[in-house]
Amino acid sequence: MNSTLKYDLVVIGGGPAGMAAALEAKKNGVGKIIILERAETLGGILEQCIHTGFGLHYFGEELSGPEYAHKFIELVEQSDIDVKTDTMVISISKERMVTAVNNQDGFIQIDATAVILAMGCRERARGALDIAGSRASGVMTAGAAQKFVNIDGYMPGKKIVILGSGDIGLIMARRMTLEGAQVKMVCELMPYSGGLTRNIVQCLDDFDIPLKLSCTVIEVHGTERVEGITIAQVDENRNVIDGTQEFVECDTLLLSVGLIPENELSKQIDIDMDPITSGPVVNEMRQTSLPGVFACGNVLQVHDLVDYVTTESQIAGLGAAKYISNPNNDDSRYAFTKGGDGVRYIVPQKVNINSKEEIKLYFRVADVYLKSKFVVSVGDEVLIEKRKQKFAPGEMENATLTLEMLEKIKENDEIVISIKER
Amino acid sequence: MFYDVAIIGAGVIGSLTARNLSQYNLKVALIEKGNDVACATSKANSGIVHAGFDAKPGTLKARLNVDGTKKMADVCKTLFVPFKEIGSLVVAFSDYEVETLRELYQRGITNGLDADSMEILDRQALVKLEPNISPDAVGALLSKTAGIVCPYELTVAAAECAATNGVEFLRNCGVNSIKFENDMFILSTEQGEISAKYIINAAGVHSDDIAKMIGDNSINITPRLGEYALLDKSVGNVVNHVIFQCPTEMGKGVLIAPTVDGNVIVGPTTVEVDNKDSAAIAQDALSNVFKSANKSVPSISMRNTITSFGGLRAHDVTSDFIIGSSNANKKFINVAGIASPGLASSPAIADYVLEILKSIYDGELEKKSDYNPSRTEPVKFREMSDEQRRELIAKNKAYGRIICRCETVTEGEIIDAINSPVGARDVDGVKRRTRAGMGRCQSGFCGSKVMEILSRELNVPINEITKFGGKSDILYERTK
Repeated sequence: MNSTLKYDLVVIGGGPAGMAAALEAKKNGVGKIIILERAETLGGILEQCIHTGFGLHYFGEELSGPEYAHKFIELVEQSDIDVKTDTMVISISKERMVTAVNNQDGFIQIDATAVILAMGCRERARGALDIAGSRASGVMTAGAAQKFVNIDGYMPGKKIVILGSGDIGLIMARRMTLEGAQVKMVCELMPYSGGLTRNIVQCLDDFDIPLKLSCTVIEVHGTERVEGITIAQVDENRNVIDGTQEFVECDTLLLSVGLIPENELSKQIDIDMDPITSGPVVNEMRQTSLPGVFACGNVLQVHDLVDYVTTESQIAGLGAAKYISNPNNDDSRYAFTKGGDGVRYIVPQKVNINSKEEIKLYFRVADVYLKSKFVVSVGDEVLIEKRKQKFAPGEMENATLTLEMLEKIKENDEIVISIKER
Repeated sequence: MFYDVAIIGAGVIGSLTARNLSQYNLKVALIEKGNDVACATSKANSGIVHAGFDAKPGTLKARLNVDGTKKMADVCKTLFVPFKEIGSLVVAFSDYEVETLRELYQRGITNGLDADSMEILDRQALVKLEPNISPDAVGALLSKTAGIVCPYELTVAAAECAATNGVEFLRNCGVNSIKFENDMFILSTEQGEISAKYIINAAGVHSDDIAKMIGDNSINITPRLGEYALLDKSVGNVVNHVIFQCPTEMGKGVLIAPTVDGNVIVGPTTVEVDNKDSAAIAQDALSNVFKSANKSVPSISMRNTITSFGGLRAHDVTSDFIIGSSNANKKFINVAGIASPGLASSPAIADYVLEILKSIYDGELEKKSDYNPSRTEPVKFREMSDEQRRELIAKNKAYGRIICRCETVTEGEIIDAINSPVGARDVDGVKRRTRAGMGRCQSGFCGSKVMEILSRELNVPINEITKFGGKSDILYERTK
């Protein structure tokens, strides 16, 4: 195939973000849409998340990952959205020329009016951690282990230690236990878990798996296969407390130590990036600094709930539809969001004060805060105040700017969200 | 099995020597304890082709380094191995150290380097070449003939060439004992008995143990662990040359260098260890590496590390290479103590070993008429233009399926790596030949796909695929 294809919208990634964005764009009148997905099927990481807990917010019912995905896969199949799976995008240009390859069509070039980036994220690997020891087999990310168990049907270990109490780590603690492995402990460097409270209860407490806070893995033992690890307590500066080292016998170390948005393609087109989210800087329609290029889902910011991914991606889909119908009509005037005390980041990073719709801001806190409140303010004026029993870094918060509030905000104003004691 | 020559150890030395011998009508076995070539020292070192000013004049190291580096470009070109003559800089941080640079320059001349291949730079000239160099740097010795090469790619290439020319590669073939009877060595190995008229001992950190099997106690290897960090490609051109630090009483310091694949390597530390089979890195290894590296380039940060690793250097107590016929048996050639600059010297070492073999061989070595000094050029999708990619996929669809997204490695390349003359048998073998799994996600996504392809191509169950042979299993039994 040598000719260049022409599409109104190219969606890169066919996980929950890409599918929801494509469907919403279709609903809003976009003609030719194509989803390019590198895996063999649509669905993204949900396909290996066979546990339940998905969809409580969006569908009001508790679904497994594949069930959640299939609701969207069916809608995509019923629509006239084109899909190419097992297809890898290798480059995009600022002119929105998308180049991809697969083993059916070979080399594919698509000229797109708009592009939605929905490539998701990857797990931080061992290399990013300063763990001593050998390169023995038996150290892998929790997500890789999840694929081996849930998709391929093989056990990657029998005696397991998990480092990191993010949601994937917690889910895998339960999963490996149910498959007959012995999960000895989950170690967490921070004094609190980065996972959802419900996962700590349902995946660890219910199975008597200890969660060791302020604790890390400092060495891997074994030359061919892992034979054990050394753990140690850390102080408030995350430095190892000498004398607390302890050997734990195991054959597997699973890592759940953070997720990194996969923005290698985004960087090819030089769009502005947010150093905190590691995702693109976007406006309230999830448009990046390059007009016609949008981003949503875990490539934009790492989410804890797929329900929020869906909502965010629908915004991007709608934004792309508006752009495609009228690419040159941009009367946006922007105010900028900024994380204040206790707030790590806010998405979107800029909002159009001329917006005709209210705008929801999503943010994450930097630490655990009890009996506190968040405050949204512009200059001295407080727009929103909301109390909560507990804020935790693992749970994304949101605040809605109403049209009334937007009227009070001027161009280039800074909209600050901070955490305050109450 | 009977051979004219058995080479023990399939590192860069054993493999280049095997290639050299494969020019002749000889039955040669390349015997390796591990599951692959390049699975010890040759897989984990700095990848530097030193210019040759460092070694003590008059030593084998000095002679073979200068000679080897001269030969490297040609060997690499013939074998389709990337070699980049990017030059090196020894950086001085005081006027006193500038004096040391002058000594190194003189030593280079004594060792046989061309005077115009070296230059002592002042700070201004240094900053022009290396804008990120430390503000404390006062000057440097530039050496234009130094370069970088991928040590395991060179080893794989040499072994493939040797195999194409008839050398038999025997893996998982650790040698347990050696007898000499009726003018013939009998090696008892993990794969049974092997007879050979001549033995070349290229067993790296174990070369003293192998020599002892014939009663030669002259070698004494004290392995030295070097710990490294490999940085993400996004750090790319933080340095343009191999950056050494001027040696001080405190030690040699660490080097910072680009790799031929576009990463940056930082290291090594130097730790004497007693376990020859473990290259486990110590706690604080990384922070030590970066502390030292920041003396040269303050902006280099541990945050960009994608992996860290250790490698053992086969250091002999004499500090020189030990190459020659053993006093215990003339037909047993030691090639031992090949620590730095072993990689740079390797083409010259292989030639030197051939000379030694010729000098002791019963009769004349007869050249093959159909010797092929090269190998099949490996496909590297990531380095191709779009036009080349289009043509490649049109010929073979397997090159259209990307398996490793970080390094853009296709299924076709992985199949090639498995089916090549000295093919990959495990996940690390595929990684070294194709770079699948060497990127920033470190095989998080492609690991299971690589295992599927290995399982399919080798026709073995997926849970028998290992990381690097032996008991390095990845998967156990099926789930319930």
